[in-house]
Amino acid sequence: MGVDIIFSLRQELIVAAIIFLLLFMKIRSAVYGTEGVLHFINLLLLVNLVLGLFASGDATLFSGMFHTSRLIVLEKNMLNLATLIVSLQAYSWLKDHRQVLEFYMLLLATLLGFFFMISAGNLLMFYLGLELSTIPLTALSSFDLEKRRSSEAAMKFILSSAFSSALLLFGISLLYGATGTLDFATIAGRLDGSAFQFFAFIFILSGFAFKISAVPFHLWTADVYEGSPVSVTAYLSVVSKGAVFFIFILALYTVFKPLAGSWYKIIVLLSVLTMVTGNLFALRQDGLKRLLAFSSIAQSGFILAGITGSSRGGEASVIYFILVYIFSNLGAFGVVSFISAQTGRESINDYKGLYATNPLLSWVMAISLFSLAGIPPTAGFFGKFFLLMAGAGKGNFVFIGIAALNMVVSLYYYLRVIKAIFMDSQPEPMGRLKIPLLPKIAFLVCVAGIVMTGLVGGIYDYIYSLSIGF
Amino acid sequence: MNLSLLVLVPLITAVAVVFCKGLNGIRWVSLVGATVQLLLSFGLLALYWKERAAGNGAAFLFEYRHAWFPSWNIWYHVGVDGISIAMILLTAFVMEAAILVSWAIKPMSKEFFILLHFLSAGAYGFFLSLDLFTLFFFLEVSVVPKFLLIGVWGSGRKEYSAMKLALMLMGGSALVFVGLLGLYYNTGGAGGTHSFDLMSIAQMHIPVEVQRQFFPFLFVGFGIFTALFPFHTWVPDGHSSAPTAASMFLAGISMKLGGYGCLRVAVFLMPEGAREYSPIIILLATIAIVYGAFATMMQKDLKYINAYSSVSHCGFILLGIGMLTRTAIAGAVMQMISHGLMTALFFAAIGMIYDRTHTRLVQQLGGLLKIMPFISTVFVVAGLCSLGLPGLSGFVAEITVFMGSWERAGEMYRLATILACASIVITAVYILRATGQAIMGPVKDTSFNGLADATWNEKLAGILLGIGIIAIGVAPFWLSELLGPGVSAIMDHTGKAL
Repeated sequence: MGVDIIFSLRQELIVAAIIFLLLFMKIRSAVYGTEGVLHFINLLLLVNLVLGLFASGDATLFSGMFHTSRLIVLEKNMLNLATLIVSLQAYSWLKDHRQVLEFYMLLLATLLGFFFMISAGNLLMFYLGLELSTIPLTALSSFDLEKRRSSEAAMKFILSSAFSSALLLFGISLLYGATGTLDFATIAGRLDGSAFQFFAFIFILSGFAFKISAVPFHLWTADVYEGSPVSVTAYLSVVSKGAVFFIFILALYTVFKPLAGSWYKIIVLLSVLTMVTGNLFALRQDGLKRLLAFSSIAQSGFILAGITGSSRGGEASVIYFILVYIFSNLGAFGVVSFISAQTGRESINDYKGLYATNPLLSWVMAISLFSLAGIPPTAGFFGKFFLLMAGAGKGNFVFIGIAALNMVVSLYYYLRVIKAIFMDSQPEPMGRLKIPLLPKIAFLVCVAGIVMTGLVGGIYDYIYSLSIGF
Repeated sequence: MNLSLLVLVPLITAVAVVFCKGLNGIRWVSLVGATVQLLLSFGLLALYWKERAAGNGAAFLFEYRHAWFPSWNIWYHVGVDGISIAMILLTAFVMEAAILVSWAIKPMSKEFFILLHFLSAGAYGFFLSLDLFTLFFFLEVSVVPKFLLIGVWGSGRKEYSAMKLALMLMGGSALVFVGLLGLYYNTGGAGGTHSFDLMSIAQMHIPVEVQRQFFPFLFVGFGIFTALFPFHTWVPDGHSSAPTAASMFLAGISMKLGGYGCLRVAVFLMPEGAREYSPIIILLATIAIVYGAFATMMQKDLKYINAYSSVSHCGFILLGIGMLTRTAIAGAVMQMISHGLMTALFFAAIGMIYDRTHTRLVQQLGGLLKIMPFISTVFVVAGLCSLGLPGLSGFVAEITVFMGSWERAGEMYRLATILACASIVITAVYILRATGQAIMGPVKDTSFNGLADATWNEKLAGILLGIGIIAIGVAPFWLSELLGPGVSAIMDHTGKAL
């Protein structure tokens, strides 16, 4: 292997190296102190993040199977960052867990899968990456080993994943039949919008829709999110979803560009259904995990609205929003995860009067929820604004109006949580919780990200400058 | 002058409050911050006069542009004309008074003042903005602090009111958002770059069909903020549940954001749309004026009285804007200033009364003049201003609106003007009745007898706002001179469409 190849593959190689390192640690069967191991692994993840930040150029490896560009490297860095935050937040949950090394091996295996998936230049590579990440993910969702709900979630997850993979594979094979190739660039040249090709596209789209939990393929989301350990849920809702969106937008904007006239309408429909359904279900949830699950479905709808823009601004706004979403969603999930690990309480009613005893956690939660709701000056405002602005570029203002009204609806359930935290009280309030160093760092990173990503205009324009566009 | 200072000072004050210990430190730091802001606003006024006297005829002074999101052509762009300076002065006055009346706020005084400063930063930013994105950003900034201020420190059905207010204002923002995007994508013409810049959009010709389509979004969206009928329902609940300072800010400033937006964005940028929809605006405004006045007559709670009368008084703002004559628009802006000061003073007086007697019901009060002469005087001054007594600001503003409305020929417009004028009589009924029952007469509840009059801080707040009201009422020319060029600029643009 030449130095070039190593350099182009460096993010994948580092993650793989960490996995092997953890594997050797496991095989040596020495007894490690859990907290020491957690600190060590978090340090490794930090090194992984920092090494990814070095500038790099475009490259195509393995006869078009693997692509990399500055945009893809940026996307991988975002996933690395999200993984690090999830890992820091999982500290209070994992420090009493027996299988820490296994947890990280599985987690990093999924990350590696996502890396290959978003770098894919070929449908086979794409499928391989997706499966490499899906199978460890289901194992992760059953990682609360003593809880039945967790196993149930894993079962539901693997069945629905298998179903979506089947749809995807069927679509891929049809597409292969229609075009005679699996290579992204070649497919784009051979698509002419015939009914058969469109048929194949619909199956592939359904596979994607499963992964991003777009309505009507969302039914697994709430149950899996609720049953899995909170840290895994956070990972699923941010890293997994973000990675699939990265490749989804690439597929729509480059591979399926010749079918744009048809997919535009479908994506608009999916977007409206996803927003409306996600929001309506979220309105009536009392469990925070379920609420955040449905809110994340609704957020997918907004991201789809950005995708409909079919422009360079559309691509940039989607990637930018995912960055914002990493900070905001992980901020909210971080608080839920921390409180759940400390007290086992996860419903909105348990959060009543939280502010009186835990002001720091309350503010982190509030700022994250404001960002999810799209209230300035948090980054969520800019994210949503740009998504819908990109979507409006097509002149479909009825659609944008529906999306804007959905923002109002979503504000209601976010404010319900805020109301519980700041305005209500309960007979047995939560005690004062001491936040260990690692989760504290994670909260700080999230809040700093939420505040800075929006107000500092350069970040969006950097992403825009890397975007390829339609 | 660097206008961004006006946004930064409240934010710096808020940060300073975070590090304060004890109620005393918090409130003094807040007061110093608000005073600096007030001085800055006066400094801005002085500089503005100086520039104008030196012959600077630019539409906006002290402009500052900074590329924020260049790929969308979004700028942080601020600048002021006479109208914005008047609104900034109003904000500074109300903010100073709001801090003075919240002197002993409990619990969580730190959070209270931080949110208040945050709210004012949003208002200043809104009045300064010359880029529609910046403007929208600052418009939405103020929604959440209001929610928290009402929900945490409010009284009565506070959670319900807070939620209603937040959702309705967010709904308004959503409409504004769609309107802004519609405007944005119709700027620049074929191949040109789209823009959010207020002045460059004003120089472009937005096609009439586009104006017809998007004017209602912008006008109704901003209108919700300023209690446009039938979207006024958040006003009574929100105002009456809010703590005193938040009521003052809500009625005094936040409702004016809507009026300012209607004028500066909807009417200024879409004059043809404004002309087409003008009859509907006037109809809704007249309904709000008359309905608001009658609804006020039925209220027994002092805060509800002022809240419903705000619906009626803000109707004058919309009526003035809807009439689209130079005088009427100048009157609408004057009414924004006048109503902002007057209603803040009114809420301050009601808050002081409530703090002492723990009731706001008119029939339980009585003879307050004998017990707390200062507070009662403040109440009466605010009331007289509300009913349009000459010599106070309310008269100046309302008479200007009426004169301007009469300039618009046509039966419907005449009828609307007559109805609006007639509503003053109803205003007099409810104001005088409330004053007569609560302030005058014998002391009904003897337990009120030992209650103290206003403390120094409350007196200062009352005097400050009172000075504003009287300064406009006695010498209105300085205000109309200040507003003149701004109103002319809007009319030069809008007049072409008429």
